[in-house]
Amino acid sequence: MARPRRTRTRKSYRAAFIGTAVLVLGVAVILALSALEDTVVFFYSPTDVAEKGLPIGEYARVGGLVVDGSVSKEGALTIFSVTDTQNSIQVAYGGILPDLFREGQGIVAEGEFEPTGRFEASRVLAKHDENYMPPEVADALKASGQWKDATE
Amino acid sequence: MAAVQTGLGLYGPALGDARLMAMTSRAASLQLILLSVSFAALTYAFVVSDFSVINVYENSHSAKPMLYKVTGVWGNHEGSMLLWILILAVFGASVAGFGTNLPDSLKARVLGVQGLIGAVFTLFVVLASNPFIRLTPTPINGTDLNPLLQDPGLAFHPPFLYGGYVGLSVAFSFAAAALIEGRVDAAWARWVRPWALAAWASLTVGIALGSWWAYYELGWGGYWFWDPVENASLMPWLAATALLHSAIVVERRGALKSWTVLLAILAFSLSLLGTFLVRSGVLTSVHAFAVDPERGLFILAILIFFIGGALALYAWRAPTLKLGGLFAPVSRESALVINNLLLTASTAAVLIGTLYPLFLEGVTGEAISVGPPFFNATFIPIILPLLLLVPFGPMLAWKRADALATAQRLYAAAVAALVVGLITLFVVEGSPVFAAIGLAIATWLVVGAFVEIAERVKLGHIPFTQSMNRLKGLPRSAWGTAIAHAGVGVLVFGVVGVTAGAQERVVLMQAGENVEIGPYELTFEGVTPAPGPNYEADRGIFTVRRGGETIGQLTPEKRFYPVARMPTTEAAIRTTILDDVYVVLGDPQPGASAGETQWIVRAYHNPLQPLVWVGCIVMVLGSIVSLSDRRLRVGAPARKKAPGTLPAADGASA
Repeated sequence: MARPRRTRTRKSYRAAFIGTAVLVLGVAVILALSALEDTVVFFYSPTDVAEKGLPIGEYARVGGLVVDGSVSKEGALTIFSVTDTQNSIQVAYGGILPDLFREGQGIVAEGEFEPTGRFEASRVLAKHDENYMPPEVADALKASGQWKDATE
Repeated sequence: MAAVQTGLGLYGPALGDARLMAMTSRAASLQLILLSVSFAALTYAFVVSDFSVINVYENSHSAKPMLYKVTGVWGNHEGSMLLWILILAVFGASVAGFGTNLPDSLKARVLGVQGLIGAVFTLFVVLASNPFIRLTPTPINGTDLNPLLQDPGLAFHPPFLYGGYVGLSVAFSFAAAALIEGRVDAAWARWVRPWALAAWASLTVGIALGSWWAYYELGWGGYWFWDPVENASLMPWLAATALLHSAIVVERRGALKSWTVLLAILAFSLSLLGTFLVRSGVLTSVHAFAVDPERGLFILAILIFFIGGALALYAWRAPTLKLGGLFAPVSRESALVINNLLLTASTAAVLIGTLYPLFLEGVTGEAISVGPPFFNATFIPIILPLLLLVPFGPMLAWKRADALATAQRLYAAAVAALVVGLITLFVVEGSPVFAAIGLAIATWLVVGAFVEIAERVKLGHIPFTQSMNRLKGLPRSAWGTAIAHAGVGVLVFGVVGVTAGAQERVVLMQAGENVEIGPYELTFEGVTPAPGPNYEADRGIFTVRRGGETIGQLTPEKRFYPVARMPTTEAAIRTTILDDVYVVLGDPQPGASAGETQWIVRAYHNPLQPLVWVGCIVMVLGSIVSLSDRRLRVGAPARKKAPGTLPAADGASA
């Protein structure tokens, strides 16, 4: 009498454990997916912007090569242009630029577009390594047919 | 050197197949010796600046300080992979050496699996990232190590991080071996726990060092950016934390066996995934270094091989594991189950956030990134209930506990938390509600950990001297738990303090000007040249005042490494235990009148920032104390002692 009952309880505990586990993980996944909708940041290449218009008011990423001779200062702001060689975007950034920021370097900027078309960056990413090319920038360059192997 | 390489390629696979039980131990030692020789050879090449080796040429320079010549060995892809397998071999050989009282068949299988991992990765190093490739003609000097890596924090970051990643391979090997044996019992858990704990401690140190480095070297004023590379290390850490806790249940109560095995597999899989994400460059990361997609593909294949293989083995063998003991919904077991579920759920959230951009780009071609808002929205709600429950866990009885009675015993912690929360809300000006809640939770964790110790020794319930005697008899693992949990609390203090109270100012300054940040006032005295052994630098001098009194100087630098043609920013930080004041020197530009120069200066005030590091250190201390417990000592888990009359061995102990 006692034995079958015991097995049944064990099984039901196991079922309860698996059930709770699935439930908690399910909630986590749903939470994660719904948060994704609100928080993803889209990447725009200069050509995307030229073709699809400005995504004003949206927190976005842009990227490309810093145009030679485009870097200037406006008070504490640094103004420069990034290009995928087809089109370019003007970017303004008020912080301290990463050490590897320089003309001709591939960078990614995060921030918002102004109605004037200027991109107000809140963060500029250049990498820790001078041979590194952010994948988005590489893709954008490939898409515009200007990709050349960046290894040295 | 070539001979060593040939050796590398040959002995590895032989080990994977070797099922001869005594042989495997010897093979593990041999593997360690051979790998040590090749690692020593590479180190020697770096130390004497032998630029005929491409790897040395690309990552070293004769003028580089000796410390960075040595650490440059693993400051690059090839060398770091060699370090990876070296650490793997060290762990393999330690299992062979210390595990003398493991059953022979289990030990052989563990080492077999360990050897297989070693063989596959050795193959990878030899085929895709051989650090010994020669260069002719021999260049006169090298191109120097990336200057950002020439730093003590990062010099020791990879060995600790890999120690954690690879240490989890031991848990993985034990899991696979147990599946092959079809037996998981208390003894198994007892063997796995010290390894998992050591790996966890090492991983914690590795992550903390990396975070610390990012904080002071990158000059962004932050310590955690929810960057894919950071997440890659956080995921195995979360899984390892879950594994540590579930292994306790297997050891003490014989329940959750197949779950624990699965966790061991997952933890190491996430380590491999981490290695893949970092080394393949498929994700845009602020910490990414130049990468080679072919290698990524290779690692991906290894990843699929091990994860797929292990999960298949799991699906096939797990049903043979016997079900364990029963427990009521309110019990220590349940608390640990909840811990596991929440940790796994948070891992899942981080995993989704990290891999989703990759997935979306593969499917639709849209490039997106997932940033801190995502992780704040998912990770925090999952981890908060966990933090709330932490003090309860160790106080609940096994099998069946009384939730109400436990809550009553924690009233001291609850009161303390409430007081801290209210003080923050009403006394500290302008602090947001979440800061009050956060600090209250942190207090709850720290005081809760001490309440647990106090309860253990029945402080206040029995005469004080008896309590003190009990305190002496308390097992070290109980201390370890309390210290580690208190460490989590300290970490939460730091995180909340920085998140709620950090201030940032970016200003253009000329010599003689002042800037106020937090309670501090900084006076910019000027800039002087300050050359170093392999770089040139401009050093800014700032006088720091607080309440009108001069308390010190801050000297941030802008350095330029001519060989690597790379500038770096050296932040200057003045730290007390309660806050950091942090200054970065930016670019010079022409001043208001001719002949004057203005500098962009970025200043931060980060309250409670040091507690983030202190919390990590305390957590690691906790795990070290636990490891020193005789019952958990690596490799020497003697059979369970008969339930004695020692206070330490009574039912309430961990």
